[in-house]
Amino acid sequence: MKTFIIGILLGIAAAAGALYAYPAVDQHREASIVSVAPNGGNIESFHVNIPMDRVMVGAPGRKQSVPPGMQWPTDEELSGIRMELFKVRNTRDIVVGVASRTSASDADVIDWVLHLPARGSLYATMQSQASEGGMRRGGITAGSREFAPLKGFMTERWVADTSGEEGAPSGRIELSANYIGEYIPEDEDGLE
Amino acid sequence: MKYLLVLAAGVLFGVTLFVAAMIYNPFMAERRLSPISVTDAEVMSLTYMNVPSESIIFTNDGESRQQPHPAKVLQLWEAPIRLTSMMTSVMRDARGRTAGIGVKFSSRSERTRLLNGEALVDSTWYIHLPGRGSLFIEQSENYWPFFREVAFPAWRSSANSWKGTWLGDMSAGPGALGTARVTGGSGTLRGLDTHGVESLSARAYSADKGLVAAEGRLLIELPSIVADDTSQ
Repeated sequence: MKTFIIGILLGIAAAAGALYAYPAVDQHREASIVSVAPNGGNIESFHVNIPMDRVMVGAPGRKQSVPPGMQWPTDEELSGIRMELFKVRNTRDIVVGVASRTSASDADVIDWVLHLPARGSLYATMQSQASEGGMRRGGITAGSREFAPLKGFMTERWVADTSGEEGAPSGRIELSANYIGEYIPEDEDGLE
Repeated sequence: MKYLLVLAAGVLFGVTLFVAAMIYNPFMAERRLSPISVTDAEVMSLTYMNVPSESIIFTNDGESRQQPHPAKVLQLWEAPIRLTSMMTSVMRDARGRTAGIGVKFSSRSERTRLLNGEALVDSTWYIHLPGRGSLFIEQSENYWPFFREVAFPAWRSSANSWKGTWLGDMSAGPGALGTARVTGGSGTLRGLDTHGVESLSARAYSADKGLVAAEGRLLIELPSIVADDTSQ
């Protein structure tokens, strides 16, 4: 009986210890590739290979739906919205997250949300008009977790593939996030 | 040898006792009253169907309980996104009219602490409401009460399913009162910085297929200026 009770206590301690010591969730991390911008802040680049990274293209009146079998709502209220979902890659061409790109005729904006599971999410709002060279630029409006304290801007550019290689993407959407952190003055009391 | 067998039986019993105590402990992750439900401010209500087959698209790693929809959608099998799901859904207002479209990104959180009754999911919503603008919602959701009161009973049942009525707030931060952080991006919602709560109303769950009948709801507190603009 004494051995059995010791076993019970050991079992409870082992289960509690295992739950405490081992993480229930362990997200795979790819090292961030960040460079320092010449005028301050940090730059991180992402890209989307088209069409292989395209998860969804939602827009009214499309003959071929992506993905096949998708029923895009026909509500009149949603007629001016085009929403796309992608997988997002880093500069080493490794998938590191997912993203949505939404354009809406009523607001005349293009919204990007990048979701990098191990790090957080980033929300940028761009003007729908592209500048010369086909680049769009917009401010980082909000972010979560690692991106929460960051401000800055993001650019979007379409780059067509000219390699002519078999199986090559037709092009890629390049995204460049320029992060500017919030300046926090050093606590004078903490200095010796 | 006899003592070793008795000890092993004791350890097994101890582990079972611990798991049972975690599941049936009434003080663990109790469902709280939503702070939004007692606010004086105007509240925006958005509902959506929280079942993959009733969404526009739903995708994950393809090996989880919830199956991707439609069947040929690209799956998130790469290692950095394997614990992530993505859902696009029509958002409806309190009267059931189409209000906009939303996409939800959900990833299992490394801050999960089962010992504390926290099975966390980090999720992000992007919602576009035509005529109003767009919203970005970031939150942590705690699925432990749902697991304890719906998923576990379904797994235990001989039919591998659960039917009933379960309503719970899923939002568990980052706000101090367990609320989600809501930011407006464009239109009349531009500059909005407020909070919200996501709740889940489940009516049927299958241990094999996941949610069978469920609706999600987002309640977003609106400061008076935005509330005036959106009501016009």
